[in-house]
Amino acid sequence: MKTVYLDNNATTRPAPEVIEAMMPFFTELWGNPSSMHAFGGQVARPLEAAREEVADFLGAEHPEEIVFNGCATEGDNHALFGVAAAWGKPGTIITSRVEHPAVLGPCLRLREMGHTVVEIGVDGEGLFDMAAYEAALAAHPGPKLVSVMWANNETGVLFPIRRIAELGKAAGATVHTDAVQAAGKVPIDVREAPVDLLTVAGHKMHAPKGVGVLYVRRGTRIKPYVIGGHQERGRRGGTENVPYIVGMGVACRLAKAALTDGSELRIARLRDKLEAGLLATCPDSRVNGSRTHRVPNTLNVSFEYIEGESVLYHLSDRGICASSGSACAAGSLEPSHVIRAMGVPFTAVHGSIRFSLSRYTTEEEIDYVLHHCPEVVAEMRALSPFVKHG
Amino acid sequence: MWDYTDKVMDHFRHPRNVGTIEHPDGKATVGSLACGDALTFMFKLGPDGRIAEAKFQTFGCASAVASSSALTEMVIGKTVEEAEKITNREIADYLGGLPDQKMHCSVMGREALEAAIHNYRTGEENVVQVNDEIVCTCFGVSKAEIERVTRENHLHSVEEVTNFCKAGGGCGMCRDRIQEIVDEVNHAAAAAPAPEAQPKRLTTLQRIKLIERTLEEQVRPVLKKDGGDVELIDVDGDVVRIAFRGMCAGCRSAALTRDNLVAKALHEFVDPALTVEMV
Repeated sequence: MKTVYLDNNATTRPAPEVIEAMMPFFTELWGNPSSMHAFGGQVARPLEAAREEVADFLGAEHPEEIVFNGCATEGDNHALFGVAAAWGKPGTIITSRVEHPAVLGPCLRLREMGHTVVEIGVDGEGLFDMAAYEAALAAHPGPKLVSVMWANNETGVLFPIRRIAELGKAAGATVHTDAVQAAGKVPIDVREAPVDLLTVAGHKMHAPKGVGVLYVRRGTRIKPYVIGGHQERGRRGGTENVPYIVGMGVACRLAKAALTDGSELRIARLRDKLEAGLLATCPDSRVNGSRTHRVPNTLNVSFEYIEGESVLYHLSDRGICASSGSACAAGSLEPSHVIRAMGVPFTAVHGSIRFSLSRYTTEEEIDYVLHHCPEVVAEMRALSPFVKHG
Repeated sequence: MWDYTDKVMDHFRHPRNVGTIEHPDGKATVGSLACGDALTFMFKLGPDGRIAEAKFQTFGCASAVASSSALTEMVIGKTVEEAEKITNREIADYLGGLPDQKMHCSVMGREALEAAIHNYRTGEENVVQVNDEIVCTCFGVSKAEIERVTRENHLHSVEEVTNFCKAGGGCGMCRDRIQEIVDEVNHAAAAAPAPEAQPKRLTTLQRIKLIERTLEEQVRPVLKKDGGDVELIDVDGDVVRIAFRGMCAGCRSAALTRDNLVAKALHEFVDPALTVEMV
């Protein structure tokens, strides 16, 4: 059976070019870049070349503003705990209600540690409440950290990060954004969006799992989070994961090219085709989240009166990989906090399905989903006590 | 993905007895859209007084569909009196087991069955006792229901109660109250004189049966949590010979388990004169 992978917001296929570039650093060039001998020292150059590629991809002026780490959760933890630690006194963290757990978790902890956490809500389309944000910036004197995601992982909804960062900076806050779901999908440029800190994950943009980046603007007051050696200019201890960092560099180069060669337009067209097709063939379905302020690869659709986990298992039986904000699929009893924050009606909350495409997605695959998904929905509805039958 | 058994997947992919019955003898709906799972269950009796037909419709995950489907297969051919003895554990066992976090699906099946039987007997649509304390307001779970799943499934923690009936799985405000209820139930179970333990003289067979039952109810659930098990090998006068299995076999703390768990339970529920040996 064929596999149609439409779960790219969960993880992506490592690009063959990325894997190829990494291989020599497993087999021959396995030295430690900090070593005082040529064998180890020779890998320091490719490491720095990767740093330059990442800096170029993000629009960072200085390569040393790029800090490599193990994953985006580490990057988010570093940003939040590192900034709060540098304050040395209680401050305020302003975030959104729909952040990834990698931000919400540390915020809970920071609250326990005596800091104030303010969560900004979203409207029915998942759009950021700018008025509440401005009010929160004005209401809290003292040290402030803003941490707001660039794009939402479940709905793909984009937040106006440039404006959020400008307002935050004007109010004297340090500004962080989790850009994991934006990187490679929309242009990211820290010269235009004046954030101080920005998190990226390798495996969401065709590098392997196990490597991430925290951009730290020069002059940002932040303490290290993984404390140890001198690596990454003392900002992140631990021997550099050279093969993965090299892979990350190549992934950034490929992503930058894909943003300008029309790939994103093609992905958006396929996503729109999927969206229009599903809405046309599955009655009582609705799109969750803004359809205009959204990354090009994501479609979050609710099929009313049926439950997401069942849909995923039936899709999986047909080789289709997607994900759901339903409670059961998440292994919890409560459905997705993102979908609930948007006030989606209960009839639709549990049946939310996320399809996320990549530049490897083909039109044939979309046609395959359009052929099979409606029959799955109809099958599940035939079982549902909430659907009027006959 | 969940570690569902083949039987769960079979009942999910090919659910039995889906649909409705025109003039059912008993019918009930439990759960709701808001809760994330719901089941409508109905049955019709045959001329012989046995359940001839049972149908369901379910909104829910794979294990909810499978539990509902299994329930219909289990009740067909039974009298109402036989059917009402079916426990949630039996529904789960019928499917070869369910993941811990999915046990509430089997409880939903048992609740629907009970409510449908109640409907058959009284004609009432609803079985919710208005004067019953609602403990978990997120999922609308009553004190009586928490007590029942705790007792029937030998639960000890809030987390287990959440797995079995969802109570405490929402905002979490009721978790302390659930722990109180669980403690009360377990305390009452421990304090209550086990009726069979009271008769002064047990026959040898009664005694062995009581030992077996005590091991089953008091010891095995505790060991299973750590992946272990216990087997009764022999009873010779006052000497009970057991063997630990699974993770407990060869465990360095086995002697402690024997004294603190097995011997204690047997002393309490069977006879203080018993001694326990490991073989």
